[in-house]
Amino acid sequence: MNSIGEGLWQAARLVVTLDPDLVEITALSLRVSLGATLVASCIGLPLGAWLAVNRFPARRFVIAILNALMGLPPVVVGLIVYVLFSRSGPLGVLGLLFTPTAMVIAQVIIITPIIASVAHQAIRDLWADYHDLLISLQATRLQRIKTLLWDGRRALMTASLAGFGRAIGEVGAIMIVGGNIDHATRVLTTAIALETGKGEFDMALALGFVLIGLAILVNLGLHFISRTERGARW
Amino acid sequence: MSGWVSLSGVTVRRRGRTILGPLDATLNGGGLTILMGPNGAGKTTLLRVLHGLERVNTGDVHWTDPKDADGRSQGFVFQTPVLMRRSVLDCIAYPLLLDGVSRTQAREQARAHAAEVGLTVNLDQAVTFLSGGEKQKMALARALMRRPRILFLDEPCANLDGRSVKEIEEILHRIKAGGTRILMSTHDMGQARRLADDVLFLHAGKLVEQSNGDDFFRSPRTAEAKAYLKGEILL
Repeated sequence: MNSIGEGLWQAARLVVTLDPDLVEITALSLRVSLGATLVASCIGLPLGAWLAVNRFPARRFVIAILNALMGLPPVVVGLIVYVLFSRSGPLGVLGLLFTPTAMVIAQVIIITPIIASVAHQAIRDLWADYHDLLISLQATRLQRIKTLLWDGRRALMTASLAGFGRAIGEVGAIMIVGGNIDHATRVLTTAIALETGKGEFDMALALGFVLIGLAILVNLGLHFISRTERGARW
Repeated sequence: MSGWVSLSGVTVRRRGRTILGPLDATLNGGGLTILMGPNGAGKTTLLRVLHGLERVNTGDVHWTDPKDADGRSQGFVFQTPVLMRRSVLDCIAYPLLLDGVSRTQAREQARAHAAEVGLTVNLDQAVTFLSGGEKQKMALARALMRRPRILFLDEPCANLDGRSVKEIEEILHRIKAGGTRILMSTHDMGQARRLADDVLFLHAGKLVEQSNGDDFFRSPRTAEAKAYLKGEILL
């Protein structure tokens, strides 16, 4: 209990004093996770919508694989990305290992199936409602997908937020591909792991509270921007 | 007999069961044709076949004027209005947006169509907040946005109160007067009497009787139609 109290106190102190280290790792955390969420959303949302409106022989298999990939072990993803981008790996020439870009790539791999899968569920339900109307109005395949993405934007935002939640709290993969290098690839989660390893539980908890606060703030911010609670208006 | 659409040997089978046909019919009425028959008679399926929402297993649908065959020159109002997650105005404007009309222009026309069908609510509110009758008027306004030559209505007044039914019927009279052909299914005998220029009576997926509205109600020719009009249960 004492540690939790101390952690809360330290978190408040770090935030109020705008501790330079905290600002730096928080900014990098946001940059990496929001970047990964943006890229994964660009891939996952249309993919989910496409899977919802198209019928092809291996569709069920693809959906099953997508759902299974939601549980991808981050450490394994980190390891694969590490091997790919290591000096002797096939993409080693790009020199991305231990950079924020590699961290974004690893997170994109982890969260794209989550976003695509949640989006698929949401769009599938909407497609069931809209099917006859869109066919009746002779909407093209592209128009159908655009309509479903637009009208399902609230549910899709939830899909993206689910991806962001997973990304911002992820530690295994980014620890491996980022290396937790001070002033280079250290983010909130890897810093928490480091502080815990050092036995600095108060600091680890403080960073943990900042992380939770950040996740809540981003969610609230997006809900506010998209005005999800506008009563009788869409 | 030449009409605006002919069906020859049309059959629709789903999950091993024939739900329509074999059906041969020619629709030649220029006004409002009512599809009647008990549940499972094939009324909805026939409307969906004509509108291209349902594929036929055998047979042909032949449109005399190729312009009528184009789905864009047809409108369809479903029994349960499809409510898009948009404002009432945007729901009505949607068909024109698909046609590449600008949003401002489409909304302007949608406002005019809403007024045409007597939809006097706040058009910027979510469509889900409308009453049953208002939702059906919204669906009608949306179906009319492309100025269809043919309008299909699948029991548009089911679950509506008397006042809403009367309003919808008045709108249908105006649409018919504007030269649009209407093909509508209904279970409501009173409504069929009030509206029908022609009647198609279906039973068990087959066309049992086709005649002028007055003749059908005054002197039905088939035993099934007679029994149905008497209120007997057809099996």
